[in-house]
Amino acid sequence: MPQATPSNTRARVQAIVADLKHMPGALLPILHQVRDSLGHIPTEAVPVIAEGLQITRAEVHGVISFYHDFNTQPIGNHRVQICRAEACQARGSRALEEHARKRLGIDYHQTTPDGEFTLEPVYCLGNCATGPSVRIGNHIHGRVGATRFDAILDDAITVPLDPEPLTEGDA
Amino acid sequence: MTRVYVPRDTTAVSLGADDVARVLSKTADAQGADITLVRNGSRGLFWLETLVEVDTDAGRVAYGPVLPEDVPSLIESGMLEGGAGHALYLGPTEEIPYLKHQQRLTFARAGITDPVSIDDYRAHGGFNGLITALASTSQQIVDEVKTSGLRGRGGAAFPAGIKWQTVLDANPQSEHSRYSGQKFIVCNADEGDSGTFADRLVMEADPYLLIEGMTIAGLAVGAETGYIYLRSEYPLAQMVMNDAIARAKAAGYLGDNVLKSGKAFHLEVRLGAGAYICGEETSLLDSLEGKRGQVRVKPPLPALKGAFGQPTAVNNVLTLAAIPYILAEGGQAYADYGQGRSLGTLPFQLAGNIERGGVVELAFGITLRELLEGYGGGSASGRPMRAVQVGGPLGAYMPESQWDTPLDYEAFADVGAVVGHGGIVVFDDSVDMLEQARFAMEFCAVESCGKCTPCRIGSTRGVEVIDRIRDNQDRDANLVLLHDLCDTLEDGSLCAMGGMTPNPVRSALQFFPDDFARTTPSTTTEES
Ligand SMILES: Cc1cc2nc3c(=O)[nH]c(=O)nc-3n(C[C@H](O)[C@H](O)[C@H](O)COP(=O)(O)O)c2cc1C
Ligand code: SF4
Ligand code: FES
Repeated sequence: MPQATPSNTRARVQAIVADLKHMPGALLPILHQVRDSLGHIPTEAVPVIAEGLQITRAEVHGVISFYHDFNTQPIGNHRVQICRAEACQARGSRALEEHARKRLGIDYHQTTPDGEFTLEPVYCLGNCATGPSVRIGNHIHGRVGATRFDAILDDAITVPLDPEPLTEGDA
Repeated sequence: MTRVYVPRDTTAVSLGADDVARVLSKTADAQGADITLVRNGSRGLFWLETLVEVDTDAGRVAYGPVLPEDVPSLIESGMLEGGAGHALYLGPTEEIPYLKHQQRLTFARAGITDPVSIDDYRAHGGFNGLITALASTSQQIVDEVKTSGLRGRGGAAFPAGIKWQTVLDANPQSEHSRYSGQKFIVCNADEGDSGTFADRLVMEADPYLLIEGMTIAGLAVGAETGYIYLRSEYPLAQMVMNDAIARAKAAGYLGDNVLKSGKAFHLEVRLGAGAYICGEETSLLDSLEGKRGQVRVKPPLPALKGAFGQPTAVNNVLTLAAIPYILAEGGQAYADYGQGRSLGTLPFQLAGNIERGGVVELAFGITLRELLEGYGGGSASGRPMRAVQVGGPLGAYMPESQWDTPLDYEAFADVGAVVGHGGIVVFDDSVDMLEQARFAMEFCAVESCGKCTPCRIGSTRGVEVIDRIRDNQDRDANLVLLHDLCDTLEDGSLCAMGGMTPNPVRSALQFFPDDFARTTPSTTTEES
């Protein structure tokens, strides 16, 4: 995920606002775009967006805080979302959540110390006939038990061009 | 040259369809086999994914569920010639009983075509409804929809034709608004209910169907702009929809001059941001306008003052996707399916702990048990089914004694249940219904828009009260309190989020009382 530096954040947000502000109801598209390009919605973005759309900072802040998607703090390299909704519960997602917490050593809304994974709940991924479901980035995985969960995480952190495989039992 | 189909929908891909496609291409290449790989949508027979199909002289033949490692042996056994020599051979696709006995009006094309191919869409009857609509007056289109008896598939089951009439008759002039004179079509693609995926499958497997339905809606009510409000949890649907919209524009099906008719219709996908409440139509509209997704007080109805203060038809994906058939075949042809005031078909969605999960489109009237047993084949775990939640997280948990209820809006209402968007979530006997009731309250607390105190605060109290019941603290008093809380939620909520959260809670209490009377908490150990 591209990292924001304070010096270029303002400019990048300004460019996004200029690009999208003509849309009817532009605020959500702008916030999505900011999050997608910066990885989160930094505090510095708020006045830039407010000014561009001619609304108050409080309004912008109110919208950001309303939606689960708009994180204001940086997250790990991979956003790992476990479906907590009913159809996945019926397939064992509660046990999977337990496993994920243990394996990653974190709870929901936390990031692993190595900065790789941020764990988040999600309420349905539309994959309810083949749960438990997990989303990493834009990939949705079905029938995820503990073993498959571990394999998916390992895959995510494998650097494809690294000639040296990780030592056995690593990660 | 043989055409081989490997689905590209979310569920197929979640089970490895991309890898299957990759291995298939490579293996066929290595053997010098001349194949064309088509990434079709899914047939919605999700338990068979990845369902690979091969074109033969006798029609399409299916193999599944295929894992990447099965591909070499499948090819060796003659799959590319439609051979029957492999354990995963399923025979002609259309003869698979699960599919064969469905009544697919909305999903007639799903999985058959390449989702983004306009040629495929047209070759299979696509855009016939639009052509009829372009030759009709707005009133004629609305009348056809009224004749069909189509009711909103998003949950509230409001007659679509009546809503459209209101929008058609509405005056779009408004002072001091840059939107004066405009009307809007808003497609509710927020599909937040657990256990539902039919909207997603329409968008991923047959996106032009939605485009066609929305364009007809625009012609019917006099709107030139449509928005698809899509949940951000559906990245693949977003990609397919955007691709299809761009192609439809290029081919003259969207834009300033739809099929050279002189009529305009523009369409855009807008992404939600992870909020269940934004599926509620007024909250959705606020979100679309760039605000917090808070529920509006009605009236005014969105039909009169909707998106950007203008007359707006807000409809669910499945409602709009039913429209092309109605225009092409006539409202009466649609109304010939179903029973009573529940006319047409509903794509039911079998989910959760079910052996054969997927989309089952049938006329209203089939019983829940026929769906669960006949189509679903019972639980996936092999243990007895115990509770079934129909209609999403705000729907009641139904015990076996209610499974002979026919799927029909009124019949379900009579037993205190809802059909909703047609999601059916099965739990086996390892379920702890106290935990399910607790989750219903927790979900309400997490997803409440915050406007009403009972919903915002009462739901958190509900979680605490259920925890005390579980821990056997003052159980009788807390059970009374839980019922009181449900009353408060029902009476003091502006929308169905707070108003219907009592459904799963009360049904759990009423039909599964043992789960609230344990002296030690049960430990649910489900294997996956
Ligand atoms: C809490 C809540 C969530 C809802 N979620 C959805 C949804 O995800 N999709 C949907 O189409 N309708 C949803 N609805 C129903 C809509 O408010 C509305 O009735 C529907 O979009 C109208 O379209 P229809 O008449 O075609 O069904 C929801 C309602 C409530 C109260
Ligand atoms: S019931 Fe809940 S979700 Fe609905 S308007 Fe009130 S607070 Fe918002
Ligand atoms: S409930 Fe988990 S994907 Fe729908």
